[in-house]
Amino acid sequence: MPGTEQLEQVPFDPGARLPEVADVWWRTPVDTDRLAHIEWLSAAFTSVYVAPFFILGALLVTLEPLLAAVSLLCLVHAWVIPELFAYRGARVLAFEPGSAPRGVRGPGNKGLLADLLDRRPAAIEEATGAVVERGRLGVWVLAENGALLVRPGGRRVHAFCVAVKDPGLRRCDRIAHLLLALRQDETGFATVANHAFAGATWRLRRRLPPGRRAALKAAVSLSR
Amino acid sequence: MARLVRLDRSGNTELAAWSEGDPASFQEAAAVFREQLAGGYMGVAKLPDDTYEQVKELPAHVDLVMLRRPIAGG
Repeated sequence: MPGTEQLEQVPFDPGARLPEVADVWWRTPVDTDRLAHIEWLSAAFTSVYVAPFFILGALLVTLEPLLAAVSLLCLVHAWVIPELFAYRGARVLAFEPGSAPRGVRGPGNKGLLADLLDRRPAAIEEATGAVVERGRLGVWVLAENGALLVRPGGRRVHAFCVAVKDPGLRRCDRIAHLLLALRQDETGFATVANHAFAGATWRLRRRLPPGRRAALKAAVSLSR
Repeated sequence: MARLVRLDRSGNTELAAWSEGDPASFQEAAAVFREQLAGGYMGVAKLPDDTYEQVKELPAHVDLVMLRRPIAGG
């Protein structure tokens, strides 16, 4: 075993991928280009799902004005589909059943998470149970079972399902694990996580649990 | 004193501490670190510039090394 003088040479590996990326080797690394590609694909898919209902609604009311009610149903369908996508994305920030409501979580019970956060992120975490962290790809909102990534400008958001492989951990410790992994390798973190949604921030915000919305608002503000 | 901290079910547990002038304490901490890595934890060192790096050996000249569990898509 070498002494401390020799260990000064122990090499760090700056820019190295998260080791967990090896488990998802087939995935394309999620960098800025990949995120833009996902946003484009998501918009295209949504258009493909929604456009037929718009066309059908217009066609019906053109052929027979008495079919206006059916036409309206088509428009409702066209509205509901993107809302369902947004709901799926918002669920990554859902509170777990039985988790403490806002204001009950004690400030002295955060473990290492308290040491990892500055004052403002700590205040947001105290209020919402989610951590806001600025990264290279955008501003992240981390909760115990997932994360949102608000892209620069604040208009687009991505939702990711990601968690630590130990469900017995406390909420704060699970977020601390995620935060450490994110700070280590942002692209690796986004690659390991399962992508759940990409779309408009306003649409996702409406589907978030009310207790988490302040965290998204802070992230949007930081991203501008 | 530099610290080796594990994030576990009890919050965060300080497993070892060492100082640059005390090779014995460092070697003891390095042994604990290797043992934890073998148990599935991953080492993350906080560098002086506030960045975080994966480490496979315990670095002597950092103040904080943390051990975390792997993450996965949910």
